[in-house]
Amino acid sequence: MEDYAQAAHFAQTWGLLYFVLIFLGVLAYAMWPRNRKKFDEAANVPLRED
Amino acid sequence: MARPTHARYLTMEQGGYVAFLIVVALACLIVSGKTYDNVMAFHAAFGALVTAGGAFFILKRYFDSDGAVPPQEIDGRPNYNMGPVKFCSVAAMFWGLAGFTVGLIIALQLSFPVLNFDLPWTSFGRLRPLHTSAVIFAFGGNVLLATSFYVVQRTSQARMPGIVTPWFVVIGYNAFIVIAGTGYLLGVTQSKEYAEPEWYADLWLTVVWVAYLLVFLATLWKRKEPHIYVANWFYLAFIITIAMLHIVNNLTIPVSIYGTKSYIVWAGVQDAMVQWWYGHNAVGFFLTAGFLAIMYYFVPKRAERPVYSYRLSIVHFWALIFLYIWAGPHHLHYTALPQWASTLGMTFSIMLWMPSWGGMINGLMTLSGAWDKLRTDPVLRMMVVSVAFYGMSTFEGPLMSVRAVNGLSHYTDWTIGHVHSGALGWVGYISFGALYCLFPWLWNKKQLYSLKLVNWHFWISTIGIVFYISSMWVSGILQGLMWRAYDALGFLEYSFVETVAAMHWFYVLRAFGGGLFLVGAIIMAFNLWMTVTHGEAEAAEPALAPAE
Repeated sequence: MEDYAQAAHFAQTWGLLYFVLIFLGVLAYAMWPRNRKKFDEAANVPLRED
Repeated sequence: MARPTHARYLTMEQGGYVAFLIVVALACLIVSGKTYDNVMAFHAAFGALVTAGGAFFILKRYFDSDGAVPPQEIDGRPNYNMGPVKFCSVAAMFWGLAGFTVGLIIALQLSFPVLNFDLPWTSFGRLRPLHTSAVIFAFGGNVLLATSFYVVQRTSQARMPGIVTPWFVVIGYNAFIVIAGTGYLLGVTQSKEYAEPEWYADLWLTVVWVAYLLVFLATLWKRKEPHIYVANWFYLAFIITIAMLHIVNNLTIPVSIYGTKSYIVWAGVQDAMVQWWYGHNAVGFFLTAGFLAIMYYFVPKRAERPVYSYRLSIVHFWALIFLYIWAGPHHLHYTALPQWASTLGMTFSIMLWMPSWGGMINGLMTLSGAWDKLRTDPVLRMMVVSVAFYGMSTFEGPLMSVRAVNGLSHYTDWTIGHVHSGALGWVGYISFGALYCLFPWLWNKKQLYSLKLVNWHFWISTIGIVFYISSMWVSGILQGLMWRAYDALGFLEYSFVETVAAMHWFYVLRAFGGGLFLVGAIIMAFNLWMTVTHGEAEAAEPALAPAE
């Protein structure tokens, strides 16, 4: 039972923080204004013929 | 005598493969001679034949071509290597027909047990893994190999490197399929779902898979585009994660190198947990990430519209891969697995709703401004319906991972219905769509032989899927309710055989649905065959611009 409490505590604090931070990082990268042009171009990559 | 125009040396790559294949062939020869195990003798002889044949063809090609290597570019345009892509496209169609046929046979066996014929080789227990491996790894795997090699070259605008390596990957992979499939029929299995092949087949697949990863990475390395397109991220996640899952779940020690049997290094619930960590991520990274890569290239290409939101695709990718890897324990509710682990798996499964639906919306909305194409282009319609099935089965999956729902659904046909709405609807249709696109592109044809036949394929197999999944829903819930029904004295209300008898007509309906799906695939194979042999050739590039 103690092991369970420890594992659950770790997951609910550090695990949660870890995932939230990674998610925020991904959001920031995706939404960063300076990246907009790069992503708009990337969206068209399949349509470009060599 | 004229001197040869090229230096008469094998490249390092060619020489290395010849040496490696000859060593493997010799090892196989020794094993096939010394083994006490008939199946091992057969598989080792097959391995010796394939590897020795491979070494022979590398040398033959080298001498025939006088040591010349294909150019990287022709007239300033990348000289794409499409031979292996063609090979896998044809192999995918072949294995697809084989796998769907075996599926129909085992569906009929469940309805009419006499079709087991009382023979070991044709019993349900051996044919069932043959069906799952044939459709997932043989059909799905070849579709992924074909499309990944196509997409990574086109979006990187570079020829994939290597003279031998791409061929080693595609032929080596299909040799693995033959070893695995014949092994099941002859009774060789690790008895782990989707990880049935024994240690020697696993070892071979590991080598092939590393070569696959290297070809993929090296092509990305050569890319002319500064940005790595999102489909390639999905392919890369698929290749790397499958390598990790495959190696960890197959850490076995063979009883003898002359025998087929092996044992895993851990046991009991640890083995079960690793197996379902593997099993669920085979769904998450093989059947989802890999086919999402197909969606992100082929849907925009066919709709002639850019990806709806590239930003969403980035969030979709990272959220999906970070969440999926934790979902496995939901396969082990109410087992020896600690409850916190199964709760963890359930929680991550429910969180998966978000990236799954984000991806579905991104795929569907890519059609904004091109919705009219759904009326005229059955290939695009197939891919859009596939994305809709993706949304449906990724809604149902997290629901079934909830412990209370799982208590009813687990071990019943509901699971089978869920898997097939994902497998037939999502994986099947996105693969069919991709193959319908690829065949004319690869064989330089203007278009498919017949769009009308695509339409027939679409409707026949869609009706088939509806029969399949709705009969399995009803039978699954009925089965679950019958199993848990108690009478007033606390005894089980139904004996097991009564629940089996109650399933009969649902199994017949399911077999009918599966039969329709197979008919659709036969129409497709005919259509693709006619496209290659009778399709109108794509007009060559005009030498002069037409007069305005």
